Amino acid sequence: MSGPAKDTSSKAEVKTLDAFGLAKDLIGSAIITMLILTPIVSLKTTMNQGVLLISGRWILAAELTAAVVIGRLLIHLYAWYKSHAAANEVESTKPVVKATSLSDRIGKYVAPALLVFALVLPIISYASPWGEKRTIDLAIYILTYIMLGWGLNVVVGLAGLLDLGYVAFYAIGAYAYALLSTVLLPYLFGPGVLPWAFYITLPLSGILAATWGIVLGFPVLRLRGDYLAIVTLAFGEMIRLVLINWFALTNGPQGIIVPKATFFGLPFKDGEGSFSAFFNIPYDRIHFYFFLYYLILTLALITYFVTKRLRRLPIGRAWEALREDEIACRSLGINTTTTKLTAFATGAMFGGFAGSFFAARQGFVSPESFVYIESALILAIVVLGGLGSQIGIVFSAIAIMGSFEIFREMDFMKAILPTGTEPIQFRMLAVGLAMVLMMRFRPRGFVTKREPTVFLKEKKSISGDMVAEGHG
Amino acid sequence: MEYFLQQLINGLTLGSIYGLIAIGYTMVYGIIGMINFAHGDVFMVGSVVSFIVLLGLGVTGGSGSFTIILALALVVIIAMLIAAVYNWTIERVAYRPLRGSFRLAPLISAIGMSIVLQEFVRIAQEGRPKPIQPIITGGYEVMRRVAANGNDFVVKISNMQILIILSTIALMAIFTMIIQRTSLGRAQRACEQDQKMASLLGINVDRTISITFILGAALAAFAGMMFFLYYNVTDFFIGFVAGIKAFTAAVLGGIGSIPGAMLGGMVIGLIEVMWSAYFSVEYKDVAAFTILVIVLIFMPQGLLGKPEVEKV
Repeated sequence: MSGPAKDTSSKAEVKTLDAFGLAKDLIGSAIITMLILTPIVSLKTTMNQGVLLISGRWILAAELTAAVVIGRLLIHLYAWYKSHAAANEVESTKPVVKATSLSDRIGKYVAPALLVFALVLPIISYASPWGEKRTIDLAIYILTYIMLGWGLNVVVGLAGLLDLGYVAFYAIGAYAYALLSTVLLPYLFGPGVLPWAFYITLPLSGILAATWGIVLGFPVLRLRGDYLAIVTLAFGEMIRLVLINWFALTNGPQGIIVPKATFFGLPFKDGEGSFSAFFNIPYDRIHFYFFLYYLILTLALITYFVTKRLRRLPIGRAWEALREDEIACRSLGINTTTTKLTAFATGAMFGGFAGSFFAARQGFVSPESFVYIESALILAIVVLGGLGSQIGIVFSAIAIMGSFEIFREMDFMKAILPTGTEPIQFRMLAVGLAMVLMMRFRPRGFVTKREPTVFLKEKKSISGDMVAEGHG
Repeated sequence: MEYFLQQLINGLTLGSIYGLIAIGYTMVYGIIGMINFAHGDVFMVGSVVSFIVLLGLGVTGGSGSFTIILALALVVIIAMLIAAVYNWTIERVAYRPLRGSFRLAPLISAIGMSIVLQEFVRIAQEGRPKPIQPIITGGYEVMRRVAANGNDFVVKISNMQILIILSTIALMAIFTMIIQRTSLGRAQRACEQDQKMASLLGINVDRTISITFILGAALAAFAGMMFFLYYNVTDFFIGFVAGIKAFTAAVLGGIGSIPGAMLGGMVIGLIEVMWSAYFSVEYKDVAAFTILVIVLIFMPQGLLGKPEVEKV
């Protein structure tokens, strides 16, 4: 649990391996780790037929302590080794970073390659070891989070406003679809409208979410960054509590059953008037998955391209300027309120679309899907992707969501995990740790290269390491 | 009237708990200008640790009162110690290396840390709530309204409520002493005003910040133990909502101000209890969150705080 102390490993001077200091440090971290682990890990409380029992897990705690101490020793040795290596190399000047490094040349092809892969995925999915249906389902799941990540990226990554209640807009989109398609639309146009409900509601839910983004955003946008974070968190919780408690409207925790998405009015079912009957092909559930996949792919691509275009418009530039320095922004005559509000509304709109899709895919909405941890998860995707990088978000969403799926499969992990725990239980722990480590070691994300959107004469790429990290 | 009095007692009890947590938020904010998002979870750790130790000691409500007092004293010391170690480690691992990084970095790291703490406790101790038999029972009758049909309305204050309110007052007194009278408190206040100047004058800023985290955690752990003894149940998730409410209390009192945090805690506790008593229990959290939003919009400097000036 303990990180390296304040000794800076980047110093060029040769460090002598101070055995006494090292031992002191190791003993210190061992004591700290033991204190941290003692009550919570080494004493386990279990409920047995209404009686709480306590049992010891001292061996596990000892193993973890040993792991921390060894890890810390390795960190120290590494720092020591590095300072040696740096001292030996002090004569040779560091190679100048070439203008076109390998990653730059490959970088150009990443996005098109991903797009082609995404387009043909359903066709090649039969070759997947997990089976067609599960692969497509996972791909839909990942794409939903990519879309949410791209939506939140507008707010957090581009405008630099930390929004911890993003899931509220996802919820608004989902409930907008649920309520419009089950109550309002049948009331206005009769039950015949139901197959078309999704297509009517989708834009509406986006507009509704954007409106809510403005309504919720307007009062709080003059707040500073961390206040804004906590207020958005409070808003997210408030909306969830309202969804749970406003029985008459939302049916409370039981949720609402909603019609699933249709292929332009043709439902995916067996029999007359369905998708398979219309195209004269045998009914197969996989068609629904294919359709959903291309639907979310389209929605996600719309998000991607709209954001990409917006970044090149004055408003997008204003967002990025706002992220870097709000005071400078204001003194240059940018209206920060409108700039923040548009970012909020745009992000919320994409969240609303995604929510609407989520409801149409599940056929069911309940407040349970919109808890705080979802917001944190989407934020983690954006953070790990590198704030502001759209391609980075694709990779981090695949990494996080894919690893959740892999956690499920990791039976071999059970050998080293304490008995009675499944690898899947550790997934959010891993996400939380990843967020901390990311901020510590790669605060600009894994994809640190950022294309400047405004440039003079020629495009020069800025590496994340070179961007001054001041108070930006 | 009697009903109101009863709610007042309940509200002050809850408010004491929120106030103790809020001090941790306000001190950390005062000194390094960040929201220690994981502070609510440190409160939770204090609560869970006191539960485990109490269970390990095997004390129940039936034990003799001397045993109970001794056990609780032991529990409170252990819980404070462990929570202090947690908060110290969090600061060392997740916040200190990020000083001077970009604006959102410490906050994101804190959110990550909060998830880590919750998940760590959930995995290690199972997710189910942990109930115990009440340990401190009994109480006093404050007032009785005699009704004709025999259903008297009795205003009661339980021993637990007395304990919470009194010990909060005592802790606050000790704490104010530390901040006002000791060299440690002086260093703390100096760092709050100007870190660079303080370090030029020979104050170890890093150490002072660490001590701030330790003190905040100790108070939160105490609140955690009281919370657990008051409701007789604890679990890994209590830190989330309690954390937001305590933060609301800190903002309401004026962030950076320690008496303000206590006052804010009391106000939030009273509002929450009164809202549940007179309006609806379901929306009590919504009421607390609404207060947060209203305060931040209309009086961001809070009740006792100083207005913040933004400088380049």
